[in-house]
Amino acid sequence: MLTAPSSRPSGLARLQGRKGEVHLQPACSGPRPKRFRLVGVPRRASAQGEDLAIHGEPEYQQLGPQPQASALEDKLLTHLNRRPVRGWRPDELGKMIHSLFLINCSGDIFLEKHWKSVVSQSVCDYFFEAQEKAADVENVPPVISTPHHYLISIYRDKLFFVSVIQTEVPPLFVIEFLHRVADTFQDYFGECSEAAIKDNVVIVYELLEEMLDNGFPLATESNILKELIKPPTILRSVVNSITGSSNVGDTLPTGQLSNIPWRRAGVKYTNNEAYFDVVEEIDAIIDKSGSTVFAEIQGVIDACIKLSGMPDLSLSFMNPRLLDDVSFHPCIRFKRWESERVLSFIPPDGNFRLISYRVSSQNLVAIPVYVKHSISFKENSSCGRFDITIGPKQNMGKTIEGITVTVHMPKVVLNMNLTPTQGSYTFDPVTKVLTWDVGKITPQKLPSLKGLVNLQSGAPKPEENPSLNIQFKIQQLAISGLKVNRLDMYGEKYKPFKGVKYVTKAGKFQVRT
Amino acid sequence: MQRFLQLPGAVVRPGGRGAGAADQEAASPVLAPEGGPPPWYQALQPEELRWLQAPEEDTIPEASLEGPGPEPGQSQSQPLRHDDLKEMLDTNKDSLKLEAMKRIVAMIARGKNASDLFPAVVKNVACKNIEDPNQLIRASALRVLSSIRVPIIVPIMMLAIKEAASDMSPYVRKTAAHAIPKLYSLDSDQKDQLIEVIEKLLADKTTLVAGSVVMAFEEVCPERIDLIHKNYRKLCNLLIDVEEWGQVVIISMLTRYARTQFLSPTQNESLLEENPEKAFYGSEEDEAKGPGSEEATTAALPARKPYVMDPDHRLLLRNTKPLLQSRSAAVVMAVAQLYFHLAPKAEVGVIAKALVRLLRSHSEVQYVVLQNVATMSIKRRGMFEPYLKSFYIRSTDPTQIKILKLEVLTNLANETNIPTVLREFQTYIRSMDKDFVAATIQAIGRCATNIGRVRDTCLNGLVQLLSNRDELVVAESVVVIKKLLQMQPAQHGEIIKHLAKLTDNIQVPMARASILWLIGEYCEHVPKIAPDVLRKMAKSFTAEEDIVKLQVINLAAKLYLTNSKQTKLLTQYVLSLAKYDQNYDIRDRARFTRQLIVPSEQGGALSRHAKKLFLAPKPAPVLESSFKDRDHFQLGSLSHLLNAKATGYQELPDWPEEAPDPSVRNVEVPEWTKCSNREKRKEKEKPFYSDSEGESGPTESADSDPESESASDSKSSSESGSGESSSESDSEDQEEEKGKSSESEQSEEESGKRKMKKRKKVAEGQGEGSSSDEGSDSSSSSSESERTSDTEEEQVEPDSWRKKTPPSSKSAPVAKEISLLDLEDFTPPSVQPVSPPTIVSTSLATDLEGLTLTDSPLVPSLLSPVSGVGRQELLHRVAGEGLAVDYTFSRQPFSGDPHMVSVHIHFSNSSETPIKGLHVGTPKLPPGISIQEFPEIESLAPGESATAVMGINFCDSTQVANFQLCTQTRQFYVSIQPPVGELMAPVFMSENEFKKEQGKLTGMSEITEKLTLPDTCRSDHIVVQKVTTVANLGRVPCGTSDEYRFAGRTLTSGSLVLLTLDARPTGAAQLTVNSEKMVIGTMLVKDVVQALTQ
Repeated sequence: MLTAPSSRPSGLARLQGRKGEVHLQPACSGPRPKRFRLVGVPRRASAQGEDLAIHGEPEYQQLGPQPQASALEDKLLTHLNRRPVRGWRPDELGKMIHSLFLINCSGDIFLEKHWKSVVSQSVCDYFFEAQEKAADVENVPPVISTPHHYLISIYRDKLFFVSVIQTEVPPLFVIEFLHRVADTFQDYFGECSEAAIKDNVVIVYELLEEMLDNGFPLATESNILKELIKPPTILRSVVNSITGSSNVGDTLPTGQLSNIPWRRAGVKYTNNEAYFDVVEEIDAIIDKSGSTVFAEIQGVIDACIKLSGMPDLSLSFMNPRLLDDVSFHPCIRFKRWESERVLSFIPPDGNFRLISYRVSSQNLVAIPVYVKHSISFKENSSCGRFDITIGPKQNMGKTIEGITVTVHMPKVVLNMNLTPTQGSYTFDPVTKVLTWDVGKITPQKLPSLKGLVNLQSGAPKPEENPSLNIQFKIQQLAISGLKVNRLDMYGEKYKPFKGVKYVTKAGKFQVRT
Repeated sequence: MQRFLQLPGAVVRPGGRGAGAADQEAASPVLAPEGGPPPWYQALQPEELRWLQAPEEDTIPEASLEGPGPEPGQSQSQPLRHDDLKEMLDTNKDSLKLEAMKRIVAMIARGKNASDLFPAVVKNVACKNIEDPNQLIRASALRVLSSIRVPIIVPIMMLAIKEAASDMSPYVRKTAAHAIPKLYSLDSDQKDQLIEVIEKLLADKTTLVAGSVVMAFEEVCPERIDLIHKNYRKLCNLLIDVEEWGQVVIISMLTRYARTQFLSPTQNESLLEENPEKAFYGSEEDEAKGPGSEEATTAALPARKPYVMDPDHRLLLRNTKPLLQSRSAAVVMAVAQLYFHLAPKAEVGVIAKALVRLLRSHSEVQYVVLQNVATMSIKRRGMFEPYLKSFYIRSTDPTQIKILKLEVLTNLANETNIPTVLREFQTYIRSMDKDFVAATIQAIGRCATNIGRVRDTCLNGLVQLLSNRDELVVAESVVVIKKLLQMQPAQHGEIIKHLAKLTDNIQVPMARASILWLIGEYCEHVPKIAPDVLRKMAKSFTAEEDIVKLQVINLAAKLYLTNSKQTKLLTQYVLSLAKYDQNYDIRDRARFTRQLIVPSEQGGALSRHAKKLFLAPKPAPVLESSFKDRDHFQLGSLSHLLNAKATGYQELPDWPEEAPDPSVRNVEVPEWTKCSNREKRKEKEKPFYSDSEGESGPTESADSDPESESASDSKSSSESGSGESSSESDSEDQEEEKGKSSESEQSEEESGKRKMKKRKKVAEGQGEGSSSDEGSDSSSSSSESERTSDTEEEQVEPDSWRKKTPPSSKSAPVAKEISLLDLEDFTPPSVQPVSPPTIVSTSLATDLEGLTLTDSPLVPSLLSPVSGVGRQELLHRVAGEGLAVDYTFSRQPFSGDPHMVSVHIHFSNSSETPIKGLHVGTPKLPPGISIQEFPEIESLAPGESATAVMGINFCDSTQVANFQLCTQTRQFYVSIQPPVGELMAPVFMSENEFKKEQGKLTGMSEITEKLTLPDTCRSDHIVVQKVTTVANLGRVPCGTSDEYRFAGRTLTSGSLVLLTLDARPTGAAQLTVNSEKMVIGTMLVKDVVQALTQ
């Protein structure tokens, strides 16, 4: 709701979100002020009932920019309003999302946004603590309980989105919302990175303000948001900085009120196009002997629809029964699918995921590649042998390309001296990750990677041989055999250009050795 | 947004303030301890208010602090002027207001306090916008106003919320719902008034509002469950069209609601499948005769019969099920927990597939879902068993995910799949991730305790692990082996010896302690080794960890008691060492032990029992999942995840012993003339249950969207008298029903008038604001409504499978069957004829608020049939010796075979004795015709009735299906001949498709007949109703008003049947049927003409 002042200091700006207000302060060049440790802070079990604080963290030393606010505010509050101030207790402050912190990989809180009252940054220390405990970034528990708050976080594109919750709320609700926020950033700025967020800080705040009202999601559909807040373009940002205008839409949006909540009204294109990408990923676990332990096809159909007006599309398949378990974009008429196995929908404008589906493990899944491997570590010697060869298996006569093999080698491996017959390989001695970029398979000469492994001398030989993670891509093929039959459009007169593309990729494709 | 947030420019930036304000504020003058500014500045610094703050620092006299909230007499120096200004601000002359604003600014510029003018200013800035003709501006103004956390404006806010709650625009009403918790958190004294607003908004019928108001309900008055009663059915029906976030909130609220209002479905599982229909009859009776005498019967029903699922309970389950297909993980989880907590065992299975799907999502989602699956898989293992492999672990999974998957795998392991599971575990044991390996070893231990067959295998495997190079692995194995050995120690002396040797090498304290305990406990199995171990331990005692020391003392004591000759000295030595240990626990233990085992002169009474104390047989530990019993927390909740009650968690109530009065959910019928009044137009569902058609079964009749409502209405009127007993009240209901559903039924005079009025009103109110609604051309609006109609129908469909699963089937097969059926491609689809695409759903239709509805021919199409011809007699009560049998064509796809016509057979026993073993005997069928028999009905008590479903493939002909109806004692020859209209099922088609197909079916395939429509049959809805009663066809949209089109396919061959009726206003009409099947076409024409002209 509240937008940043239009004349803003140029250059990198450090932000302080405060009570729904955006303040821009001169850039703070150094890293984040030293993280305050929680040493000695009494962790009261949970006696929220008794404190009358606006800020939820009364007993913290608030070293941040809001010095000793709470106690004083309390006093004033009670002083000025004769009647008892009720409704300030945390348990009455309402549910859902209270605040959001964005944290980068080096632990800097580079953006914060509060929807209700300000929660001190120091609450993130609990998060940092958990982060330190977890060996791996992925292992930070998504839900952390602190004495007065709950922190629910997601990790996306090297950023942590940490939200502060005060009361019971379904964790998935928050997680889903945070991912939606990240998706929206991605959608607006092309990437969801610290740099992109800092560059578009005003838009970020505007978006957050629209997406959440009083901690409850308000407008989360990309089509509607884009009407409210225009995505940045180079031209517009230049114009804005000259004229001092902002990205807030000048005309009032109508989308929210249209009867199709996911589509904006008045769409116009000169070239009307509808593209569908059928992307299938093979998840598989192949055991040592080469037999398939588990295989499943996970597919999605991503659409890019640029059609004027209110087109009503129906997409039908040659073999819809293949789709075992489907989840839909809200635009799809569930009933039609149930009765006729036809996807009938009025699409949102632009890019979106139409459906995701699963072709169950009941069906036999074709495994397009095989790997011959021989990895061994000699007892009492500081070296081992490594030899893998990749070949095509059930590739439906298509070329398999973009093959990459990634191997997490055991800790004791110091270095690897390998020779690839094709492509190039790298070994990172710090993370112990071997990556072999193979490229295409030519059946005449199968690509292989052979050589020696140097081990730390004296260390016991590794117990387990590493698993091989394989990536590949097959163009113009949906491995499940799914085929789009036709796309029909109703409701509009023009003739759109229609296109379907099929790709098969390796998903979580793992070969145990 | 900016523009309505800002004051006129002149006001905002007086004297160069404004831009610099941010900096100044960062310096936080307001917090200066001596300043004592009113608190509301803390909560609010919207730009336009910042100027008010300037004078505070220096000019507030201390006295002003005493001034109370809203009407402070502060700044006593100039009270008059302030009144003056207030008055000026309150006028409706803009010039005066502007002048007042200017003066206020000037005052502030001079450093005078003007804070008491704040409400007046707010009123002028925000409130003015609240009356803006543009709904978005109104909404945003309310959002701004409600975000100002200042106690003084509470009254203004309250007023604004109340006003907005009855706003014309659903979006504004949504904002009002959002504002409620804000105001509540600002001033909880307003609770009562806010509840009134909530009550009003709960009655709102738009999807836009539903989610937000339930959220407000949950925050303000979750205990007022009574507010939900009247809206329960509506919420269930709206659910699918609510936005995702709202769905989650509503589902979780309804879960709690259902737990307080319905009976547990888990009692008497087996009888369950049969009963829902009865429940319908029950409630029908009840509703028909009013809340008088019959109520007692209904209430007593559950007691008399073992268990009857409340139709409302069923409604909830049915309407949430399609949401398992949502793209939002939160929604899927919400539905899953609802099913877990509310559904009968046999039906919970459907959620498994959707939950497994979520495992492919982001790792945070996986984490949460796996936690819940872990809890569910303990209670309902069978549910996830088919998906065992989906929980296999990849080396790239994060550790926390691995451990959760392991938990699930362990829970799922049983006699049959244990070999596969153990093979997987073997792979995991060699992982590089040691935490994970440790967890795997524990999992193996759990499998071994739970599944006796593999105990030895597991034990051997674990013993092998003892020679593992990794100490952690060995240690964990020791701990687990210890627990396993405790179950059958006698056979495993060798393993204990082996373990004893390990004490030299293993350093992990827990493992050492475990070994020592084992040796001590089973020292008689290793009589030679035990003293030696004690000797070694005595030597290293001082360097051991505390838990090891305690076990050394333990070992010493036990050896002393069994083998005192060899170990007396050692024991004394150990106890002496322990006596001076730094740890008081150890000192205490040593003292205690010494007193017990060493006979002293005081001769403690206990020492005689020392042997019993130390060497008592100890029960083997039970290795339990840490997720056991976690389901007392509502699944999917934060509290469940943390396994601790989170702030604000609301307990999931236990099922009531006796069901509360179900009639509270019946909704009053609004009075006709007041229909246009939004608040009064409450949903009314009653008629569904009192619909007298048994043949359509509970599934659709409970589904109360206006289509089916009006449809069933039309249906029951067409077969009047077929109902049970309540024809009178029935017709009354119909009457009312029409009123309700005919928001768009133009044929009725009254509604027409009303509609006109409403339209006008809407045009006034929303015209300016909602250009999109009006701007969208008619094609788009029709296609939209098409969508909504579809989603409405979704609610009906899935359940038809469930209902038809044979009543006797056990839980697991049913679940399976459902999933199999899921794949089934019903070409002749749907339960209801796929209704014409022009139908507007309740939910979205009300969103439109008459904006886009053209009054043209689309409207009457709201009527679509539920089922065809009424009950027909199969066996008369006299001929059947007390057994009366009727049949109806339910017009639902037959679950086993889509080519079959689904026939509902109703049995009732009017004899004195129970009729046993009702089944179908050898049918004598013409070629091509086949029958799917109904499952045998074991017994039919006197006075009881039952319904069964059978499928008949008539092979697209009207030949008679003859078969025998057998009881244990008698055989009756019966026959069913289908009307031609029942041999088809509706298909969905667009106008273009229809024309195209019609073009292909000309010549021989086209049959035309001219007719004259009687006066009684000229309104759209009657025509449609008559046609759809005769034939199971779906309406196809049509551009011209005089033409009606219907389409269907024959069930067996799937040939298209297209029906066109071209009716002139004069009454002359032409009926055309296009179909490859000429016989069917001819007969259909005959039937339709007959129906129309009668």
